[in-house]
Amino acid sequence: MKFSETWLRELVNPALTRDELCTKLTHAGLEIEEHAPVAGDFSGVVVGHVMSLTKHPEADRLHICEVDVGAEKPLTIVCGAANVRVNMRVAAALEGAVLPNDLQIKTTKLRGVTSQGMLCSARELGLAEESDGLFELPANAPLGKSVREYLQLEDHFIDVSITPNRGDCLSVVGIAKEVAALTECQLTLPVIQEITPTVKNTLPVTIHAKNACPRYVGRVITQVKADALTPIWLRERLRRSGLRSINPIVDVMNYVMLELGQPMHAFSLDKISGGIDVRISKQGEAIKLLDGSDVTLDNKTLVIADNKNVLAIAGVMGGLDSGVTLITKDIFLESAFFNPGSIARAGRSYHLSSDSAYRFERGIDSTMQRHAIERATELLLTIVGGNPGPIIEVSSEKDLPQPVTIILRAERLAKILGCHISTVDVENIMRRLGFLCEKNATGWQVTVPARRSDIALEVDLIEEVVRLYGYDKIPCHYPTAALQIHSSLESHIPLQKIRRLLCDVGYQEVVTYSFIDKKSQALFEPEQPVKELVNPMTAEMGVMRASLLPGLVNTLLYNQNRQQARVRIFETGLRFLMQNEQLVQQRTLSGLINGFALPEQWGVPNRAADFFDLKGDLQSLLTLTGAVDEFTFKPDKHPALHPGQTAAIYRNDKNIGILGSIHPSIAQSLKMDGKVFVFELALDFLETARVPRYVAVSKFPEIRRDIAILVEQSIPAQDIQDTIRHEAGDLLKDIDIFDLYQGKGIEPGQKSIALALTLQHVSRTLVDEEVTDVMGRVIGALKGRFNAELRG
Amino acid sequence: MKELDELLQQAETGIQQAADLRGLDHYRVLYLGKKGQLTEYLKNLGHLPEKERPLAGQKVNIIKQKIQTLIDERVTILREAEVVNQLAADSVDITLPGRHQQVGTIHPVTKTRERLEALFTQMGFAAVDGPEVEDDYHNFAALNIPDLHPARAMQDTFYFGDGTLLRTHMSPVQIRVMEESKPPIRIIAMGRVYRRDFDLTHTPMFHQIEGLMVDENVSFADLKGVLINFLQAFFEAPVPIRFRPSYFPFTEPSAEVDIGCLSCASKGCRICKNTGWLEVLGCGMVHPNVLSMAGIDSERYTGWAFGLGIDRLTMLRYGITDLRALFENDLRFLKQF
Repeated sequence: MKFSETWLRELVNPALTRDELCTKLTHAGLEIEEHAPVAGDFSGVVVGHVMSLTKHPEADRLHICEVDVGAEKPLTIVCGAANVRVNMRVAAALEGAVLPNDLQIKTTKLRGVTSQGMLCSARELGLAEESDGLFELPANAPLGKSVREYLQLEDHFIDVSITPNRGDCLSVVGIAKEVAALTECQLTLPVIQEITPTVKNTLPVTIHAKNACPRYVGRVITQVKADALTPIWLRERLRRSGLRSINPIVDVMNYVMLELGQPMHAFSLDKISGGIDVRISKQGEAIKLLDGSDVTLDNKTLVIADNKNVLAIAGVMGGLDSGVTLITKDIFLESAFFNPGSIARAGRSYHLSSDSAYRFERGIDSTMQRHAIERATELLLTIVGGNPGPIIEVSSEKDLPQPVTIILRAERLAKILGCHISTVDVENIMRRLGFLCEKNATGWQVTVPARRSDIALEVDLIEEVVRLYGYDKIPCHYPTAALQIHSSLESHIPLQKIRRLLCDVGYQEVVTYSFIDKKSQALFEPEQPVKELVNPMTAEMGVMRASLLPGLVNTLLYNQNRQQARVRIFETGLRFLMQNEQLVQQRTLSGLINGFALPEQWGVPNRAADFFDLKGDLQSLLTLTGAVDEFTFKPDKHPALHPGQTAAIYRNDKNIGILGSIHPSIAQSLKMDGKVFVFELALDFLETARVPRYVAVSKFPEIRRDIAILVEQSIPAQDIQDTIRHEAGDLLKDIDIFDLYQGKGIEPGQKSIALALTLQHVSRTLVDEEVTDVMGRVIGALKGRFNAELRG
Repeated sequence: MKELDELLQQAETGIQQAADLRGLDHYRVLYLGKKGQLTEYLKNLGHLPEKERPLAGQKVNIIKQKIQTLIDERVTILREAEVVNQLAADSVDITLPGRHQQVGTIHPVTKTRERLEALFTQMGFAAVDGPEVEDDYHNFAALNIPDLHPARAMQDTFYFGDGTLLRTHMSPVQIRVMEESKPPIRIIAMGRVYRRDFDLTHTPMFHQIEGLMVDENVSFADLKGVLINFLQAFFEAPVPIRFRPSYFPFTEPSAEVDIGCLSCASKGCRICKNTGWLEVLGCGMVHPNVLSMAGIDSERYTGWAFGLGIDRLTMLRYGITDLRALFENDLRFLKQF
């Protein structure tokens, strides 16, 4: 809600500076967004009259004007504005004038013609952001008068952010009432006179939708001069509230809305066929609105119709055809109370917003309609003249908001606030707010005025009390509660620990958007049905991610474009999967590495990171569970990953994630630099640890035996280890693969794998024969199962 | 005899000049070895007249001992020198960097989340989270925001075709907790939230923390106490704090909380739009309708709730001036935290 400070101070003028007033409002819940002067800082600009106009001999677009500024002799001013004409009243900046941004006006020659000043546009005076041509003043503007004084520009606009509950503050009178309540300053409201009708013209009004429109007030005014000029004071007030001047009738409608908070509408009477019918729309009815848009209505919209057509979407926007124009002769004014829900629904259904709908949605004063129409009539009669008919009112009392009476318990007030506010203070606050307040045994019975439709419950009154009492006067307490230890499972691995471990092994945590481009999704999860937003921010944020990998890959690309040669990143968050048509929001951990295995440094030969660097990091992570034996890696396929470098990660029998190298064709199409390795894990299966159980450490010596075997390249190391473990039995403590070799000296298709076996008995020293026996069985099994050949 | 003195003289000179143990060994062999000069002397004693023999023998032995002593002394010196040399040779440039895997860092928003969690768990608040794709009931209706309520326009919402939506705040998590448990309730909910807004100061996804306490006799005064306590603990400074009336459909009374601008010490600057204050959070007493809808007796129990943007808090804490930097994931930015 934006308004002129001067206007407000006409109604209530507390002895507060502007800053103090703004602070007061902010502290009462009416937050000040902005306040600023209503015009730029200028001086030396006066009302001038263009007496004559000649074309500049040297320049097509310039005119030489003789301008009367109330001085003895007219001035010669060269002007380039297209709208300059004879007999126009303009703002003339005289020699010595200073315009906003310190623009000094001097007598100069423009293409050989001396110009003794400048004719100003609204923008040049800081009255508008943009303007088209000269700022035209009314024909009765006094010649030579300072424009600042004439327009009363020593004013500020104040822009207040009104919360949705305070519809009553969407008017200058509403704000003034609030200021009066806050400051206890005298309120001077505009005196609204009953206008005596001079003609008998009326219009039949029928309300079919009484629930949505409990009150409809109308009036016919005949013989108006719709082409009259809106007085400058009114135009200025509209401008200071951020509204454009349209025509005098619409301007008055808007002015009354700003002043009293009652949205109004004016129809061309001759466009109304028969009478007014306030009803619910029929499916398929159409209307062309004032903003030029064509709307086809559903069967739930409250409309103002005549006997034939829909004239307006009630409370939201009028129709173009029935609106007033400069040639309208007879008008019909509407001042109604519409149910907030109906208006909100219509606004939302047709994506329409207007100052009127904004107010109706938030609830207006249900007693204001007659006052507003009288006020509008009074203003119209002075501006466009005409003959007012009698007021037409149709109301359904039972559908109107009923007066609200609420019990406020003193004990409840103290309980909610945590402090005691005295009876005197409470009653004083109620009085200032205009709430009727009667003391009873437990507290007060409070009757709330119709304009405060937000007050419905006891707790609303409590808020009003504390709002005026002052939040700063409420003491600060620390709550007391029973001291109790919350159980926490040792077997639960906090996410924090998982993140730390990854950081410790060199990963950087990132946060990427949960919605991604449909195309990236298709690249990484082509088989996943997409969870698509109806109204995404941009197409690149169109679908909910089924994988965190596209986000990580984008982060990689972003950083590669910024010369980062080594990227190790991870992210945790939800991914969104459709399983059996049900959405699963799965907590996920994903990571990516690219570039060198180690940071560039002296003394360590570097190499590009590969699959096993990532796998090693993951294995470090799995040690957090204290149950590494539960995890296995099995060859797998994934549409975005290299078919020969992809592993599914299992915990026992549950597939919990995937690990692999980005498919070369994807890497190439996305222009990734170097090989990229990624993993993705369901966090829920990673977060359970095994609480350790002590196992006695054998006191007897360990024996190590190394073997190297030649096997076919395709035989997984895991199978070899499993075979050994199976064959060696309990004596085997550990197997390590300490070398893997392919290449020179080994036949193609073969690989040499060297393993170290650690053997130990729990309760005695192993003898040579036992060891030889175990090794013999192991080698035999390897030969039998894998056709392995023992090397040197 | 004179020869022996000369021999001792020569040996002494030689031994003293021996540069290393090998050189020294040469002298040991030369004088004391099986074929050494003194051994030869002893062998040749038999050629001397008998009367001179004891004296000569004695003399040779004395010389032998002297040479042995000289050698032993020299060995000690040379060994010491060898150690010194070895140490010198083994010295390294300790200013060279150590071999390492670089340690990464957590995201600044996570850093703040962890701090928030640490502060509130001290007070017995449990950290909870919930779904991000929510239903209308939990995101709006259960929070006293019915379908056509103007407050819906306060939060521009992302919708899916089936009527579900992306949560616009952490409040649905509070609702779910209230539905599933009985007072006393003390929780904080932190996570990603979504609103359809994208400009210099808004990203369509951001992070929020909401706190909820429901118990008998929980008051607005408690809320003030806790929030002042929390904000000052978070910023590790006695920052000025003010509570202003505001409006949220799910709390009544409602407040917005400002802290004194950190960058100008409340003097007024561009960041605080010359007000000296920065809005950091919204809070209030849980609306009785919200308690009732979640199945809590709103006469017996009262509660308060608050919510604030973790991203904004992170920016204030670390002096980050561009919100979007938080989600660009530039490694050079992230590594600072």
